Amino acid sequence: MQTRREMLTRSATVVGLLAAAGLLPQTAQAAWSQAAFEAKSVADAVKALGGAAPVESRDVTITGPDIAENGAVVPVGCATALPGVKRLLLLVEKNPSALAAVFDITDAVEANVNTRVKMGQSSNVVAVAMMSDGKVLFAQKEIKVTLGGCGG
Amino acid sequence: MADPMRIRAQVAGDKATVRVLMSHEMETGQRKDVAGKTIPAWFIQEVTAALNGKTVMTAQWGPSVAKNPFLQFTIKGAKAGDKIAISWLDNRGDKRTDEAAIT
Repeated sequence: MQTRREMLTRSATVVGLLAAAGLLPQTAQAAWSQAAFEAKSVADAVKALGGAAPVESRDVTITGPDIAENGAVVPVGCATALPGVKRLLLLVEKNPSALAAVFDITDAVEANVNTRVKMGQSSNVVAVAMMSDGKVLFAQKEIKVTLGGCGG
Repeated sequence: MADPMRIRAQVAGDKATVRVLMSHEMETGQRKDVAGKTIPAWFIQEVTAALNGKTVMTAQWGPSVAKNPFLQFTIKGAKAGDKIAISWLDNRGDKRTDEAAIT
């Protein structure tokens, strides 16, 4: 039988360990990274999230259509088979703010996420993987949009 | 209160693919209404996925995620019957959590 106090102490220890290992997602401490989401360019967004300058890599893949008929719903995915991924970022280069989504990956999930984004115009879509060893890798793909998604 | 999310999680081998469809306007703050006034931004900012109560992934989203957002990801070591819970929080402070069992 576990008392409530034991339980609390134990979970506090676990949280402490996780924090020490840098495993706790940043959202648990700081709220939404406003600066990153206001950044206009891919490099600025990565910098606002504390990453180094991104290096293009074949180990990061970005999936999406070549031509999107409707810019309001563009299915994109980013994935990497490399171990030690901390974060995956999805960015649309020519949107008013480049950063679309940040995924904090833990060991329990694969570094492979898919979602849908809006695109104002034809642009490069960039997948960035921030690794636990500090490396920042990216892959990009041009997606042509025939109908913009940001309205007028 | 927003409409419930649709969550489908299916096991394939030792992994489970989770697909989530959320119901949200995801207004960018860029559009103008007929009177020429800017429609204020309203979008999901934070998403959390938990397997059996343990957080496995968190995400931060900007306004350029599409309306009624779709999210797909893969959980390692999940088995049928496990509970997957997805929560989101938007920039107005609204939140919602939905849970589904992995099949």
